[in-house]
Amino acid sequence: MRYIEPHGHMVSRTTDDYQAMALAGCAAICEPAFWAGFDRKSADGFYDYFCQLTQIEPKRAAKYGLPHYAWLCINPKESEDMALAADVLALIPEFLKAPTVLGIGEIGLNKNTRNEMKVLEQHIALAVQYDQMILVHTPHLEDKRKGTRLIMDCLKANGVVKPERVIIDHVEEHTIHEVLDQGFWAGITLYPESKSTPVRAIDMIESVSAQRVWLNSACDWGHSDPLSVPKAAQEMRRRGHSAAAIDRLVYGNPVTFLSQSPRFRDPAALA
Amino acid sequence: MSTPQPHLGAPARTREQVADLHFMDARYKLLDLAAFLDRLDRAAGGEDHRVRGLRAALPLLLEKEEGRVARVLTLWSDPSVAPIEKADTKAASGVWPGLK
Repeated sequence: MRYIEPHGHMVSRTTDDYQAMALAGCAAICEPAFWAGFDRKSADGFYDYFCQLTQIEPKRAAKYGLPHYAWLCINPKESEDMALAADVLALIPEFLKAPTVLGIGEIGLNKNTRNEMKVLEQHIALAVQYDQMILVHTPHLEDKRKGTRLIMDCLKANGVVKPERVIIDHVEEHTIHEVLDQGFWAGITLYPESKSTPVRAIDMIESVSAQRVWLNSACDWGHSDPLSVPKAAQEMRRRGHSAAAIDRLVYGNPVTFLSQSPRFRDPAALA
Repeated sequence: MSTPQPHLGAPARTREQVADLHFMDARYKLLDLAAFLDRLDRAAGGEDHRVRGLRAALPLLLEKEEGRVARVLTLWSDPSVAPIEKADTKAASGVWPGLK
C-alpha cells in the first residue's frame, strides 16, 4: 500500500516515526506550520521555525526516502498578538521562494476572536498576492462549527480565492457536508480522542462524495498517531473496499490536490 | 470546482457483519461510559458543563434516524455566529459552556 501524509507535524516526531511511516507505505509528507505548545516571544522564533520546516525537515525525511513539503503561517493560537502576527507575516514571502513550500497554512481560527479573524484575512490576502494554495485549520471541539462557517465566509468574501485550491482541515460529521457543498476540499484528521477516529472517518467517506477529501494524521507533540492514515486504510480493507478505492483516497486524492502547486511532484512519477 | 462523483458508498454488508466487525469496540466504549458516570457519582462536588453536555447527548443515541454523530456534535457546539471580542483561554473544553 502507498499513501501520502498530507498533514504531519514532523518537527515534533522522532526519526523512528519517519522510519515507521516509510515502512507503512508513506510516499511523501507535508508539514504545515503550527503552534509549538507555547507562544513564541518574537518573530525570530518563527524565522528559526521556518528554517527548520524548509531546510532541516526535508533533510531528515530524505534519510528515509521521503519527500518533505511545508506550508507557512502564524498559527491562529498566536494571532491574538497583532504586532507579532504582522512581523511574522512580513517574514513569509522570503520563505515562499523555498522549493518545497506549497502554500499558506495552517491558517484559520482557534477561539473565533476578532483578532484571529483579522490575521486570517491577512493570510488569505498574502496567499492571493503570491498565488499560493491555502491549508485551513478549523477550531477544536465546541468552537469548530462556528469557526468553520466564519472561515468559509472569510474565504468567499475575499472574492479571488478559488475553493478548489483550499483544503479545510479537521472536518467532522457536522461540518464536512457544508465544506464540500461550497466547493472546498475537506481534510479528515485522525486522532485517537479528539477530531475523528479512523473508524468514523471511513463512515464519513462512505456517506459523501469522496473526490475532494483527504485523510491525515496531523501527528504532533500531543496524543496522536503518525500511522493513523494506514490504519484507516486497514479499516477500509476490513469493510471490503477495493484496493483501488483505498489508493484513490489515501494517495490519489492528496496527489490531485497538492499537484495544483508546481512544487509538488507525484512520488510515483519520481520512482 | 471539481465535477461531483458518485459516493464511494459502503460495500454491501449485513447488520450481522457490521456487528461482527464493530460490536466489541462499541461494547467496551459503552461500559467505559457507564463506569465514568459511576465514578462521577462517587466524587464530590457539582456537575460541570461538560458532563451536563454528555448526559444531554445520551437520548440522541436512541433516535432512529441516521446522523447521530453530527447531531451530538452540533448539540455540543457554540451556536453563536459572530466573532467574540477576546478569548480568555486558548483551549476548548468539548462542550459549549452555555449548553443548558
